[in-house]
Amino acid sequence: MRPYFEDGGRLHAFRSVYDGFDTFLFTPETTSHSGTHIHDAMDSKRTMIIVVLALVPCLLFGMYNTGYQHWLAAGQGVGPFWTMLLYGFLAVLPKLVVAYVVGLGIEFVVAQWRGEEIQEGFLVSGILIPLICPIETPLWMIAVATAFSVIFVKEVFGGTGYNIFNVALVTRAFLFFAYPASMSGDKPFIARDSILGIGGDVPDTFTGATPLGQVATMAGDAMHPITGVTGAEVSQWDMFLGLIPGSFGETSTLCILIGAAILLFTGIASWRIILSVFAGGAFMAWIANMTATPTYPVSFLSVGDQLCLGGFAFAAVFMATDPVTAARTTAGKYIYGFLLGVIAIIIRTYNNGYPEGAMLAVLLMNALAPLIDYCVVQCNINRRARRARLNS
Amino acid sequence: MAEKISYKSVFFNPLSKDNPVVVQILGICSALAVTAKLEPAIVMGLSVIAVLAFSNVIISLIRNTIPTNIRIIVQLVVVAGLVVIVNQLLLAYAYDVSKQLSVFIGLIITNCILMGRLEAFAMSNRPWPSFLDGVGNGLGYTIILVIVAFFRELLGSGTLFGCQVMPQWLYNHGYENNGLMILPPMALIVVACIIWVQRSYNKDLQDK
Repeated sequence: MRPYFEDGGRLHAFRSVYDGFDTFLFTPETTSHSGTHIHDAMDSKRTMIIVVLALVPCLLFGMYNTGYQHWLAAGQGVGPFWTMLLYGFLAVLPKLVVAYVVGLGIEFVVAQWRGEEIQEGFLVSGILIPLICPIETPLWMIAVATAFSVIFVKEVFGGTGYNIFNVALVTRAFLFFAYPASMSGDKPFIARDSILGIGGDVPDTFTGATPLGQVATMAGDAMHPITGVTGAEVSQWDMFLGLIPGSFGETSTLCILIGAAILLFTGIASWRIILSVFAGGAFMAWIANMTATPTYPVSFLSVGDQLCLGGFAFAAVFMATDPVTAARTTAGKYIYGFLLGVIAIIIRTYNNGYPEGAMLAVLLMNALAPLIDYCVVQCNINRRARRARLNS
Repeated sequence: MAEKISYKSVFFNPLSKDNPVVVQILGICSALAVTAKLEPAIVMGLSVIAVLAFSNVIISLIRNTIPTNIRIIVQLVVVAGLVVIVNQLLLAYAYDVSKQLSVFIGLIITNCILMGRLEAFAMSNRPWPSFLDGVGNGLGYTIILVIVAFFRELLGSGTLFGCQVMPQWLYNHGYENNGLMILPPMALIVVACIIWVQRSYNKDLQDK
């Protein structure tokens, strides 16, 4: 088949599409043979596949949790395990398909148009987008937001590897600011309708706010217990496992930690960033907890709750570590991660309008990452220049 | 007159090839502020045309008597006077719109397009071409404002000039207005799209 796509072949115009599929899962074994640099066969396509694998626990748990919350909300108790999983699968499948079709479609068209190889960066973004959106987000909104962020955040900057901001997070930010009614509050986090006859119907009056959403609207001097969809109190263990309402794939801290282990073991994510994000978050949560006031009810949350709830852990592991948009110098990674954690908790705690600050914190730090790197590099240059002067 | 200038190019160049907003990137601030709806955008555009045309003419008339070292002050006084007149007219005849535009009519004084045209054109040209230049640049500014406001109002509020345009059945099928369109960032992105389209037509504007 290949000759058709070589220069002068009949189907040469579609060469990038062919290449894209040809090298989809198995990498060509071309490594560099000369020169002083050593490349292994670990190209960006392989990296992306491992990130996708690391996301699979979150995806599976998200499916289960979607079914679980739906069953509880429909007032049917806890349903059979496989049925609930199937329900969640059917609920998320259209979103995955839409995100991939729209995003990859644009990437294919742009790659053809510029005559470049197809970049595989969207493999990860496409799975991240459904994971960080509420389950009831309408499909057309996902399509619009995905198209917007692939075009304006990625392609206009030159494609994969040149984007300043995290594509998946911009998609979510676009949805959050463009369609606030469908993206926050107490409606969109529980799947409401039965799919293919599976599951019950949730009454229209039913509300299931996320834990952070509940806390942000609390009044009074002390913490009220956080309640699940049935009105029962949610234990610390449930928060850690993730059996709480929330965006599709980011509720389970356990699964996120499994993903983190995969990423760290394969050396794809930077442990410096993950560690410093959690350090920054814990530090700021501790300060907030020390100075808790009823004006900002989120500040009553303990440090552990702050780190477990909402998208904080997910952002720390999968968003902050995006090698394209994060800081690249070693010292810069610590600064970047620490500030990210601090800002996420500040936004979440001191702005009751935004129950979750992790998304905005990552985007803000994405914008600052080049500046951090610049300062670190300049410091290093100055230090060495001083040393050189001393020696001479 | 140093060189002969064609009236036609003076008037038509600012509309597209030398557009003050998308080519010279001037006056962006007000393009962000007043373009959430079509009506204020058009009123703002008309105000800028009026102020720009008449201040160009006035400055051009007195250009040979202005001492060079205080010319900026003289220009500002002329523009400020005209802006106050326009503001009072709006208050008298279009009160609602002038409420919406609030401080931005007053801020025409600081609009970079005005000072730019006064310095670059009116100071060295006769009144008639200066008038054409002012109207042309004002129109170029207005066109961009109207295009941006059209998209922002259509997608952000589903209306044009305050009338419902998006059909009701769309809303019944789950369509929602895009709240981001109302926020200033989208104005920048729409302006960027216009620049994109324009540069892909006018190849000579592209940076090498």
